[in-house]
Amino acid sequence: MSALDHAKQYWYPVSMLDSIPAFPIVKTTRVLGMDISITRQADGKITVMQGDEQWQVQEIYDHLWTSPSEAPKPIFDIPEANESDRRFVPCGLVRVRCSPLRAVENFLDIAHFPFVHTDILGSEPHTEVEPYSVDIDADKDEVIATKVKFFQPQAAKSASDGIITDYVYRVPSPMNAILYKTCPTRDDVQDVIAIFVQPIDEETCDVWPWMALYDDDSTMADMIEFQQLIFLQDRSILENQVPTKLPLDPKMEIPTRADLTSIAYRRWLKRRGALYGALLNTSDNSVAAE
Amino acid sequence: MSFTLYDYALSGNCYKIRLFANILNIDYERIAVEFYPGADHRSEKMLAISPAGTLPILTTDDIVLSETSAMLFWIARNYDAPDHWWPEQDLTAQANILQWMGFSSDLTATIGQGRLHALFQTPIDKDKMIKGGRAALRKIEAHLSEQSFDGCSFLTGNKPTIADIACFPYVALSPDVGANIGFDHDDYPAIRNWIYAMKSLDGFIPMPGIYAMHELKDHEIDYGSQKSAKAGASK
Repeated sequence: MSALDHAKQYWYPVSMLDSIPAFPIVKTTRVLGMDISITRQADGKITVMQGDEQWQVQEIYDHLWTSPSEAPKPIFDIPEANESDRRFVPCGLVRVRCSPLRAVENFLDIAHFPFVHTDILGSEPHTEVEPYSVDIDADKDEVIATKVKFFQPQAAKSASDGIITDYVYRVPSPMNAILYKTCPTRDDVQDVIAIFVQPIDEETCDVWPWMALYDDDSTMADMIEFQQLIFLQDRSILENQVPTKLPLDPKMEIPTRADLTSIAYRRWLKRRGALYGALLNTSDNSVAAE
Repeated sequence: MSFTLYDYALSGNCYKIRLFANILNIDYERIAVEFYPGADHRSEKMLAISPAGTLPILTTDDIVLSETSAMLFWIARNYDAPDHWWPEQDLTAQANILQWMGFSSDLTATIGQGRLHALFQTPIDKDKMIKGGRAALRKIEAHLSEQSFDGCSFLTGNKPTIADIACFPYVALSPDVGANIGFDHDDYPAIRNWIYAMKSLDGFIPMPGIYAMHELKDHEIDYGSQKSAKAGASK
């Protein structure tokens, strides 16, 4: 199966539900190198067309999702999306000139916090990443990183002081990642932050950050701005990574212990043949998955 | 009397005011406005405050300002900033400052718009933006080169003025617009030096895309002594 055919099996976010214009205005975007148009029909139903072909759609997690497949794999579950006392915060898109897989990998990395998100998600000299665990959840076939701990000067908009933040990371499909982190204002629950990545092509993506938080004080503008600020800091780094695609050959980039999640993610991609946006060998990217 | 700033963290224009206020150590009230995706700056509530429908907005009991150049001028005068920011007695300097403050609108219209498109896919005439942005960068590069021949690190002299604050953000942010369109700083050595000069000012603060200089300042690498240390270890 080609990298593109493999990628076609999944659902992709293509718009916030709130920003789909009223009939008859058509919104256009691109998925996996294909131009699509999004229309809210007169009866309110949303359709996605790629040329003459109609794609399936579903409305979930505050976004419109579509898939080129006639029988796509079921979309991953975020149970916390049903907890009505959370505040759901879709943050709009950010265009990044990098592989969609690079965007996911960056989201899974904590070692960069003190250097890229200085005085927010990390600070010097608190740069050490303590040992943590990474597994593949056999039932769901997801990458899971647990027991991740990090000192954060301002873990969220609602945090007033530095705290040790606990993290759990989930990668439920190649281009989506979800994290659960200490909620600064409540001990009994965790905040949820996700990135849903729309692959424009193999070297360009639109990232749709989404949050489900317990925060009764911050305004929507404050919460969105906080997340955008963080992601814009990442964007500068992502656009300067070379090569643009994510290398899966372990010889190409030398990982350290802090990169366990990234190693597991790359192996998991390789094993399942999720090679859209990946570089398998330095010289040849057409080789099929093992 | 302090002021209220309706602000958006990712905006280069808003950053001008945050930066200048921080340099002058001024406390003010900051209100975040959801510029994207909500476009709240064009909401009825915000239009009632400033019909211009733009950010930032600076308000006091007496004034509502929507032009950053006017805000920088008002802050410099109202807070009694050191004279170099707005040279009170020097008409020539004032005229030159106003000249560059006018030019800062060209930067917003080209690089600023190009950056919004690069981040959020807002509609834009790309060719016009690239052409205009390149022309603006070349103009400021040529001018800063000439300034350096005269021993001046800043746009209108050897001390920074509100013209430097007005032009700095979108020049510094130009690489964000995209690769291979002539917006990288590699080709503009005078701009790079000026950016270092701006980042060295007391009270400098970063924003996404404009980072502090600590990578240059805190980790001074002495390549000579590193070599000799290595040679020592191999003995």
